[in-house]
Amino acid sequence: MARHKGRGMAAINYPIGMNLGGDPSQALIHSNPDGKFTVALSAIDLGQGMKQVTRQVAAETLGVPVEDVYVDTADSDTGPHDMGSFASRGTHRMGNAVIAAAREARGVLLEAAAEELEVNAADLVTDGRGNIHVRGAPSRSITVRATAQAAQFRQGKTIAGRGIFLIPLSAVDPETGEMNPNTAFAHACLVADVEVDDETGEVTVLGMTSAYELGRALNPRMVEQQLVGGAWMGQSHVLFETPEPYYPNPDHGPRDFNEYLMPGPGDIAPYSASVLERPAPDGPFGGKGPGEMCANPVLPAVANAVFNAVGVRVDELPITPEKVLRGIRANGGARPQARRGG
Amino acid sequence: MLEIRKDYFANERDDNLNVIGKGIQRQDMPGHVTGRSRYFDDHAFEGLLHLKVVRSPHHHARIRSVDVGEAERAPGVKRILRAADVPVNKNTLLSLINFGKDDEPTLAVDKVHYKGEPVVAVIAESEAAAMAARKLVRIDYEVLPAVFDVEEALKPGAPIVNETYPNNYFEYHEKFDHQKLRFGDTEKAFAAADLVIEERYQTSPIEHAPTETNGSIAAPEQDNRFVVHSCAQGLFFSLGTSAKILNIESNRLHFIGGTVGGGFGGKVDSLTEPLAILGAMLTGRPVRYVLDREEEMLYGSPRGAERVYVKDGVMRDGRIIARHVRSYFDAGAYTRLSSYAAIKCTAHLPGPYWIPNVSSDIYVSYTNRCPSTAMRGFGITAADFALEVQMDKLAHAVNMDPMEFRILNAYRDGDMKAHRRVAKNTALIECVQVAAEKARWPISESARRQSSLEGGGQRERGQIPATPIDQRGQIGRPETRSGPVTQTLPAGTMRIPLTKQPELEGSRDARPVAPNVPRYEPARPMTQPVVQAPAPLAPMPSAAPPPQPGVEPPAPPAPGVQPQHGAMRFSSVFGTRRR
Repeated sequence: MARHKGRGMAAINYPIGMNLGGDPSQALIHSNPDGKFTVALSAIDLGQGMKQVTRQVAAETLGVPVEDVYVDTADSDTGPHDMGSFASRGTHRMGNAVIAAAREARGVLLEAAAEELEVNAADLVTDGRGNIHVRGAPSRSITVRATAQAAQFRQGKTIAGRGIFLIPLSAVDPETGEMNPNTAFAHACLVADVEVDDETGEVTVLGMTSAYELGRALNPRMVEQQLVGGAWMGQSHVLFETPEPYYPNPDHGPRDFNEYLMPGPGDIAPYSASVLERPAPDGPFGGKGPGEMCANPVLPAVANAVFNAVGVRVDELPITPEKVLRGIRANGGARPQARRGG
Repeated sequence: MLEIRKDYFANERDDNLNVIGKGIQRQDMPGHVTGRSRYFDDHAFEGLLHLKVVRSPHHHARIRSVDVGEAERAPGVKRILRAADVPVNKNTLLSLINFGKDDEPTLAVDKVHYKGEPVVAVIAESEAAAMAARKLVRIDYEVLPAVFDVEEALKPGAPIVNETYPNNYFEYHEKFDHQKLRFGDTEKAFAAADLVIEERYQTSPIEHAPTETNGSIAAPEQDNRFVVHSCAQGLFFSLGTSAKILNIESNRLHFIGGTVGGGFGGKVDSLTEPLAILGAMLTGRPVRYVLDREEEMLYGSPRGAERVYVKDGVMRDGRIIARHVRSYFDAGAYTRLSSYAAIKCTAHLPGPYWIPNVSSDIYVSYTNRCPSTAMRGFGITAADFALEVQMDKLAHAVNMDPMEFRILNAYRDGDMKAHRRVAKNTALIECVQVAAEKARWPISESARRQSSLEGGGQRERGQIPATPIDQRGQIGRPETRSGPVTQTLPAGTMRIPLTKQPELEGSRDARPVAPNVPRYEPARPMTQPVVQAPAPLAPMPSAAPPPQPGVEPPAPPAPGVQPQHGAMRFSSVFGTRRR
């Protein structure tokens, strides 16, 4: 009786946004008289960071400090229509809508500043610290605050913008499945290291190492949060969770977290991720969306690692100790496979 | 620990940005970590009532009678809701984007189709009173045979799960019992392959298990409107669904949400909003309907299980030359969003690889269990499990390192995908290389030198092959799982117009276009020769191009119209067109 170490890997891609398109997002942005901006949306922040990613996209596009932007979501009376937070669509679809709205608002902002400075708006740039100045002549400048005050009280201009992003709906061919499913795809490869106890059948995940290509990490801390959370969810899905452990037999429904088995804090594996950035041509600053995909490679990588450790293929999830033990027994004992670096 | 590999694709990026790419703390973080963020359930109302539903104890049963007399007289009970109280008691979620048939009641009418299906709602002064009164509702059931297996459900004589789809499958294009993918000639390629490996995979249902359970609070306003505090993942999706079920104009509903305690796809179905609003309409008081943990676990709609059969033809040098996938989505008793996921799965096949011959048959089966719904990776997660375990088996069979096997078969820029569109912006090879390097997993020098930017689209890699098609699985014709090839589409056949590239509206920005501001390529002429397909064998309404805005005027409303719910501008893309 022994514990066997094993390594497995998986590689995946993931489509960004609702399949076939047809899922619009809208955004409205306006400035108060002090040059502070509000972004009004109907996007949902489920904890993934929707408010913050749209805030950063708006600040970058407007050319103002991020502290001067707040996102107000979701109130159906004030926030324009959005399809919803699902299908890894938030960053891509709403990010683009916010860019469109912010560019319009920035256009008015620069027109108002041009009128105050008596220059051509096309010659103005922002410094991202709250100032607007003539390109190549930083001394000829005006603050965003003074510009907004002038726009409101002297010029009668609304520093505001609206934006929508829509990929038109595609049809599907019934006989060939031809379609236009999505415009952007993210990619990943993940290595799982496990240890399998051939006496109890228990699988311990020792660590995970991954590489994710995400277009651009708009906020790397939030990307990390998604990848780590997703890895935990994947580990839970592949080794622990199910309300129907003998599916399709519907018995044994769990009623609470005592009966619904998930990994505890002590089961969580060390996780190390690298992010590659190949900007999506139609992504906001190239961004794609790590939200959903980051659980997916964990499932097959762990299954493949279990095979590498003891030579057992468990093709039905979850990979419970019972299934591993039955597999080892059917094989007449553990059959460790070739080692793969590490 | 996260590291960003700026060395990859550096020339495709402008990193000279001010705010983007910075790990700035979220604006809502202080509220979250001090417990002061306001979620839907953090709104207090005077005179708040509580709603609880009575659920079916049976997987499948006819309702003989319902007696709510004793429950109505119970202490604190204000109102009982029955199926007849729901103005439009049949809906399907995707009706808002115009496909699929209405198949699911808010409260069961004469049958229950899964254990846990809501039959009666009790509204009372307190949660305890509602729960006590719930036990006094007497429902007499005639238990019916049930089916739980996705393949058993499709056999002749299986119990009918969902009367709207009496054959227990979702009907694609009003024509087939599954969605097809056909690209090249898989049968011929299997015959030519050195090895053919066919395997079966089964994923399990799982729970979303959000910290905050599904729920909502609806309250009458003074202006003939209702405010709704909701945990919905799609605010307007839930608003539109509620307006349709309640048959009221959408502007009588004021939805507030946006701060949600976890969703993962489990808060897309509007499980509570319609009944909470109906309760507020009928009592004139605020009504709170929140699932408790047991309800969330058992009836809060799970990720559905999928059964996936993968058959691959591979050569001894490691090249995969054919892949066929047949899979079954377990929708549970009603469609919800499973029909959409099966199409998404079809588009995903054969995974991130270039394979010259690919086909698939994806079924959505109805079974007598709680309807499944979207969950993180919807339509993809189970396929990826099956495909990537299969890839491991194939690599083992041809005695190749699994990393190198992925790189050998990886798709690259310019390769033709099985849904007949050219791959671009690919990066699978680089991900494999970085993961191998980071994990100190040795791969060969030649594998390390490969690139997603090179070698794709050459010769047959960039072409749509000649493709035999078939009419297997026609609706209404029994035992059509096998059948002859009816036609071979010539190489290069495309029938679906390319999507027009989106434009950014509102770009009055005077500054020159910086490379960091997204720009959309104008729609280019098709780069592939467009071959007119031969006349189809049967009418294919769903193969028609989608109507262009302004080309097809919307039908004028009938006199004295009811509120219109759902998008009227789309044609059906895969299901039954709503008329």
